Amino acid sequence: MIGLRFRKKLQAASGVITLTVEQEIAPHQLIAITGPSGSGKTTLLRLLAGLSKPESGFLRFGEEVWLDTERKVFVPPQKRSIGMVFQEYALFPHLRVGANLRYALQKGGDTKIIKELIDIMELGQLVDRFPRQLSGGQQQRVALARALVRQPKLLLLDEPLSALDTDLRQRLQDYMLRVHHQYGLTTLLVTHDFSEISKMAEIVWRLEEGEITYAGPPANLERPRNWAETTLVGTVVRCQSLPGGVLLTVHLPSGQLIQIPYLGKIPPGPGEKIPVAIGGPGRVDVGR
Amino acid sequence: MDYFPDAFWQTLGLTVRLAATTTIILLVVGIPLGWYLASARHRLKPVFEALVSMPLVLPPTVLGFYLLLAFSAESSFGSWLNSTFNIQLVFTFSGLVVGSIIYSLPFMVQPIQSGFESLPAHLAEASYTLGKSRWTTLTRILLPNIRASVLSGLVLSFAHTIGEFGVVLMIGGNIPGKTRVASIAIYDEVEGLNYGLAGEYAGVLVIFSFLILLVIYSVNARKPRLL
Repeated sequence: MIGLRFRKKLQAASGVITLTVEQEIAPHQLIAITGPSGSGKTTLLRLLAGLSKPESGFLRFGEEVWLDTERKVFVPPQKRSIGMVFQEYALFPHLRVGANLRYALQKGGDTKIIKELIDIMELGQLVDRFPRQLSGGQQQRVALARALVRQPKLLLLDEPLSALDTDLRQRLQDYMLRVHHQYGLTTLLVTHDFSEISKMAEIVWRLEEGEITYAGPPANLERPRNWAETTLVGTVVRCQSLPGGVLLTVHLPSGQLIQIPYLGKIPPGPGEKIPVAIGGPGRVDVGR
Repeated sequence: MDYFPDAFWQTLGLTVRLAATTTIILLVVGIPLGWYLASARHRLKPVFEALVSMPLVLPPTVLGFYLLLAFSAESSFGSWLNSTFNIQLVFTFSGLVVGSIIYSLPFMVQPIQSGFESLPAHLAEASYTLGKSRWTTLTRILLPNIRASVLSGLVLSFAHTIGEFGVVLMIGGNIPGKTRVASIAIYDEVEGLNYGLAGEYAGVLVIFSFLILLVIYSVNARKPRLL
């Protein structure tokens, strides 16, 4: 059982919000975390990983206390049994795929796990390549395998599939489900994609303005009108600075051109690929 | 090489020894300092950055003047060094090394700092979540990815120390075999109207500097770019 209670101030597009979360997670569950951009999803994962510290909070993983701000307990990420996959994959660019995986091996760890993960994730052909020689989907498989070399109990996935197209995404969802079951993991998955939630998660949390407004089975999750139906990867064609903010013109894979306001801090330049979440009629939301 | 007097080679050897010693110490100091400045969110960070960069704008004679005051046996710091560690820094090689380290500090720290700043934060974070310490992360992930920045820090510090004049003149003087480096020797020979020897020092420095840069950039060009 994981028990968590966090309180942390965040700088969001709408101003300062306070992430206030108190939840329990049963072992071996797969939980999807969803909600609009800037609602604190990534921060929640980083707090679980120990990459960020809350102003106040408590985190228990089984019998181990990982965080207790009252008693000044803080277990650093290195000492937590976690695996994390970042949105940008975060593969080490100077190491080949095989070396990326071996780097993750703990002192005295058994190299069998690496062979096993190479088989499961079908990476055999790729071990001698550098990350820059891989496609996005391949990089994501390597990142997932690397996160599992340490044989963690808690797997944290931060929008791992948001930059991939739909076909590839479904295949990677299968990989993620496979390892989740095979290694008896407890998994938290941040996603915007409703079909991904229904396919993968037993429980879904919806975060809005730093608070969980829904926690329960995906079937009962109401789709609000502005709900992101799906995420597509678009190419930025134009980036205009207007008095009201930044307006992006994005070319979608369907051939359609759309104009959307950009809410993040650093707008992408022309030619850059960005995830675009498409919701109800006319409603469009842009990922970071 | 009977054509050149022994003093010629002695002076050049001392110049290279000073530059090499300074560069090696600066590397050891510059990596942690650059990493700290790249990752710090501290309120006082601009103060540290300004202090590190001061030698860029300060005339070397000003720096040398204050170091001379600080190191002299009459000052409290200088006499403390002398009585506690038996170290004299004025008109000695050790003094030149200390002065050069301060003078060339920004040339090592700035490239390394901007190298670290150019790396995405998630590289180090990914390494931490894989159970790796800060030391392992630094040596096996971060430094290999900023090799080019470290290399330019090395080259710039070395070259800058070779070319140093003002600080050396103030705190080192012109003692053959101890503190007389090539740039001082050139000045000295010109003052003595000995243009021939001055020209030879200058020529050797030009060729030497070019060769070092050539070797380093050739080696660097052969390695594939990673980022």
